[in-house]
Amino acid sequence: MQIDVNWFEYLPWVIMLPLVTAIFCFMVKHIWVLRTVSLFSAIVLVIYTCAIAYAVTMLETRQFTYELGGWAAPLGIGLVLTPLSAVLIAMTAIVALAISFYASGYFSYQQIERRFWSLWWLLLTSLFGIFMASDIFNIYVMLELMGLSAVGLISLQKGIETLKAAYQYLLVGLFGSLLYLLGVALLYREYAVLDINLLTDMMTNSALSQFALLFITLGLLLKTALFPLHFWLPAAHSSAPAPVSAALSGIVVKATYFLLFQFWFVIMAPVITYSATVFMGLLGMLAVIWGSWQAFRSRRLKLLVAYSTVAQLGYLFILFPLYFSSPELAKPAMLYFVIAHAFAKSAMFMAVGSIQKIAGFDDIHKLSGISAALPVSTFTFAIASASLIGLPPSGGFIAKWLILSSAISADLWAWIVVILVGGLLSAAYLFKVLNQFFTTSNSQFVVNSVRGADFRTYAALALALLTIALGLNALWLFDALDPDVILRKGI
Amino acid sequence: MSQSFIYSACAISLFCIGLLGFMLLTDVIRKVLSINIMGIGIFMLLVATSALAPDLIDPIPQAMVLTGIVVAAAGSALMLQLAIQIDQQLRTDKVGGKDAN
Repeated sequence: MQIDVNWFEYLPWVIMLPLVTAIFCFMVKHIWVLRTVSLFSAIVLVIYTCAIAYAVTMLETRQFTYELGGWAAPLGIGLVLTPLSAVLIAMTAIVALAISFYASGYFSYQQIERRFWSLWWLLLTSLFGIFMASDIFNIYVMLELMGLSAVGLISLQKGIETLKAAYQYLLVGLFGSLLYLLGVALLYREYAVLDINLLTDMMTNSALSQFALLFITLGLLLKTALFPLHFWLPAAHSSAPAPVSAALSGIVVKATYFLLFQFWFVIMAPVITYSATVFMGLLGMLAVIWGSWQAFRSRRLKLLVAYSTVAQLGYLFILFPLYFSSPELAKPAMLYFVIAHAFAKSAMFMAVGSIQKIAGFDDIHKLSGISAALPVSTFTFAIASASLIGLPPSGGFIAKWLILSSAISADLWAWIVVILVGGLLSAAYLFKVLNQFFTTSNSQFVVNSVRGADFRTYAALALALLTIALGLNALWLFDALDPDVILRKGI
Repeated sequence: MSQSFIYSACAISLFCIGLLGFMLLTDVIRKVLSINIMGIGIFMLLVATSALAPDLIDPIPQAMVLTGIVVAAAGSALMLQLAIQIDQQLRTDKVGGKDAN
């Protein structure tokens, strides 16, 4: 194990490299330099994060703490890496690489693309920061950085709807962060520490902790867009430029979900009751049904995909009561679902972005017969759909199968019905679109400028194929999380 | 009843005033102000926390407040800037009579 430890020496660079790239992109004017540097940084990040994700699962402690500047926990701030967060970091880096490739040349104006790169790398800085921060106040700073850079990215392309969506997103983001900060203030008042590991050890079920958890949960739920706090998501995610939508739906909401999960089941576990997790599960259930119904009704393709995110996020909260009763099954289910959804949804948004860009609109009823003109985008959309619906052999299938089996082992039959109905609903709205894509066009519309324009969509296709690879090679994620428990369960 | 307790009570009421304003008011400037008042309430709570033991002041919450102020200022600036852009867009749309999308 001694060789692997060397990898961790460069851990702060997972945050530093995106930050340095962001500053560099802010200063450089030449568009090709920006693209080259960005792609290079993204590739380096993918290689390094995959290496540390592998290395951390090999550690016997299964956790790695990096003390910045050599200052230990109560005073100093550090970075912490667990198998869960390490795998999520690698996932973020992979999606980031695909989106960086896709975004090179996506924007019609170079001026907009110049602004995109620096904001994009700031967003990535904050995401890696959230996954690795070891104290709850640093998480607040990273949350704010994430919110502000995401607002900048949404409002890259001016237009009254876009600006309004960005404004609403900013209000919700700032409000959510303030609620989170209030929770942090209450926690500090009670325990006088900010470090996650110290807090976990000291946590007791007191009135102040319950209030703190309430505010933290409310703030993060607003940012994760769980029904009925999802009102801002469809507008923001559907009016942003396609690479930004892909990042927002694919990885940004996962970061706040990861925080919620950490607070509920790791840091503040003594405060949690079963009825509280059931309440979250019920909200998740409503999110699945409401989001799918709205997706089915939407007339614009991007809006449909955005509502589908609302529905898919619901599944992640249905996992809360399941995690409470059988964590050893629900944890891999959660990780699988998060990764499968991140890949599939990012791929889908990028495919839709190509269609919208080339066709010039994204009204579903006008897009009939597009499969002949844009084969790569259509194929990507179809594979991503299969994963979102949960058809084998996709990663989404494994994720749903794991959720179902953990629901069965916990005897929670009501949830099983919702999961199956949700799958049917998502099949309904996604097949509606695919049906439209493949029928022969009877309108006058012809796609005229296809040559090479579909090229960038190969990045999306690669992500979509990754969800299939995830479905075919299901076991390594189990091993990464908790080898002993899984073996004992005999799966 | 200690001094820190009075400050904490004031901080909570400030937060609630800001919260009410944020929920009820629709005017852009008032919304920005409300969210700032909420923030100030939280900062005051943190400062009060640092003086829980009057002869042993804890500097960490003060450092947190300092960071928080910077973030709040950046957020307010962005909020106002977006509001200005929306306003300009609405005006040009009204004059030119063209569809924004």
